[in-house]
Amino acid sequence: METLNLLFNEIYKILFLLIPVLVTVAMIVWLDRRVWALVQKRRGPNVVGPFGLLQSLADALKYIFKEIIIPASSNKVIFILAPIITMTLALVAWAVIPFSENLVLSDINVGILYLFAVSSLGVYGIIMGGWASNSKYPFLGAIRSAAQMVSYEVSIGVIIINVLLCVGSLNLTDIVLAQQNTWFVLPLFPMFVIFFISALAETNRPPFDLPEAEAELVAGYQTEYSGMMYAMFWLGEYANILLMCAMGSILFLGGWLSPFDIEILSFIPAPFWLIFKILFLFILFALVKAIVPRYRYDQLMKLGWKIFLPFSLIWVVLTAGYLLYFNLLPSQL
Amino acid sequence: MVAHAIFFYFFSIIAIISAIMVTASRNTVHSVFFLILDFISISCLFIMIGAEFLGMIMLIVYVGAVAVLFLFVVMMLNVAQQKNQWFGSSKSSSHIPIGLLVSLIIFFELIIVVGGWQYKPDLLNSSTITVSENISNTHSLGNVLYTDYIHLFQISGMILLVAMIGAIVLTFRERAGLKRQSYINQISRERKDGIQLVDVPSKKGVKIDV
Repeated sequence: METLNLLFNEIYKILFLLIPVLVTVAMIVWLDRRVWALVQKRRGPNVVGPFGLLQSLADALKYIFKEIIIPASSNKVIFILAPIITMTLALVAWAVIPFSENLVLSDINVGILYLFAVSSLGVYGIIMGGWASNSKYPFLGAIRSAAQMVSYEVSIGVIIINVLLCVGSLNLTDIVLAQQNTWFVLPLFPMFVIFFISALAETNRPPFDLPEAEAELVAGYQTEYSGMMYAMFWLGEYANILLMCAMGSILFLGGWLSPFDIEILSFIPAPFWLIFKILFLFILFALVKAIVPRYRYDQLMKLGWKIFLPFSLIWVVLTAGYLLYFNLLPSQL
Repeated sequence: MVAHAIFFYFFSIIAIISAIMVTASRNTVHSVFFLILDFISISCLFIMIGAEFLGMIMLIVYVGAVAVLFLFVVMMLNVAQQKNQWFGSSKSSSHIPIGLLVSLIIFFELIIVVGGWQYKPDLLNSSTITVSENISNTHSLGNVLYTDYIHLFQISGMILLVAMIGAIVLTFRERAGLKRQSYINQISRERKDGIQLVDVPSKKGVKIDV
C-alpha cells in the first residue's frame, strides 16, 4: 500500500509537470507564428479564439482526424517508432529542469550531463524517420541533420564545460545557485552567443533548418509523415526548442533567480522568472527565424567546426587560466 | 531491494537480448539499432550501480556520437540492401571460423580477467583513491583522473588524436580543379578590382573580356 501511494504520488508529480509543458508547447507554436508574422508586417493566426490563441488546438484537432498514411515500401516498425522517440525524448528531459530551489522532479547529481545526453539522443528520431521512409528526400534530410546535430553538439559540450568550470558541480540546482551574484551571461557572454547559435542548429531551426529545407528537400525527414505522426514530430521539435531555451536560461541567465537579487522583484515567484527567461529566449529564436536567411550546407559545417569549436576551446583555456590565476576555482570539497 | 533486483534483471535481459539481436538480425541497420539499445541498457546498468557519470558519458559518447556515425556509414554504404546471410549461404560463411576463433579468445581472456580478479586484493590500496560517502562519483573520478592517472589520461588523448589525424591523412585526396570559397578574398575585394570605367569612342566600341 505504501509503495502504491508512493507510485501514485510520483505519477501525479509527472503529470503536473508534463501537462503544462505540453500546453506551453502548443501555445509557443502560436507565439512563434505570431512573432514571425509581426516581423513581416502580417497578422498571423488571429481567427480562432481571442488573438488566435486557440489556433494550435484547432491544428491539433485537424491532425488527429487526418488519416495516417504509412508508405508501402517503408520499414513500418521504425517508421512508427521515429515520431514516438522524438516526442518521448523531448518530454523526458524536463524531469531535471529546476523551476525553483525545491521544485524539481528529480534532482540528480549529473543533471547537466543528463540534459546533454537526452538532447544528443534527439537525432535518432530524425535519422530513423528519414531512413524508414525509404525515399530520397527524407533520407537526404536525415543524413544532413545527423551530421549537423553531431557537429554542433561538440561545441555545446565545450560551452557546458566553460560553465561547469565556474560552478564546480554537474547539478542543475547548483549551477543556478552559483549565479546568485552574477549571471554567467556577463562573464561568459561570447559563450552565450555561441550557445544560442548552436542551439538553433541543434534544434534544426532557421537559419540552420537544412534537414527540412523546403526548396531542396520538400520537407526533409517529415515528407512521408501525415496526421498525428506528423504532429508528434512537430510537437517534439517545439518541445526540444523550449528545452534548449530552458537550458540556456539555466546555464547563463540564472534560472529561477530574479535579476541581481533585487528584493522588490522577489514578489514574483521563482518559477515565473524561469518561464520569463525561457519565453525571452524563445522570442529571440522566433525573431531569428524571421530575419535571417538560410545557410548553405558547407557554410554551416564550416561555422560549426572551424569557428565555433576552436573559439569555445580557447575560451575554456582562458576561463580555466583566469580562475586558476585569481584563485577563484570553486572548491566544494 | 526487490525493486532494484527487478530493474537490474529488466535492463540486463534487454541488454543480452539486444546483443544477440545485433548479430542475429538480417538487416544491418536493424543491427545498429539493436546495438544502440544495448548501449542504452548498459548505461542504465551503470547508473544503477551508482556510476552515474560513466552511464551518462556512455550515453553521450557512444549513443549520441559513435552510434550515429555507425548508422551514418551503414546507411550511406547501402549495406542495408545486402542482407546478412552468415549462416545461410555457403559462399559468405568462409569468415565464420575466424570470427569464432577471435570470439573464443576474447571469451577466455574475459574468464581469465574475471577469475584473476580475486588474486589482486590490494588493487584498491595501490592508489590514493579514497572512497567516501559524501563525495559524489563524478568528483572522486575527477580527483584521481587528473592527479594519479594524468599520464595515462593524456596518453589516451594522444592516441585518439593520432587515430584522428591518421584517418584524415588516409582519406584526404587533393582534387584538381576544386573551387573553394575564401571569405578573406571576398571581403578584401574592392570596387577597383571589379569595375573598370572606359570611355567608349563612337562607332568603334571597346574590347571587353581581355
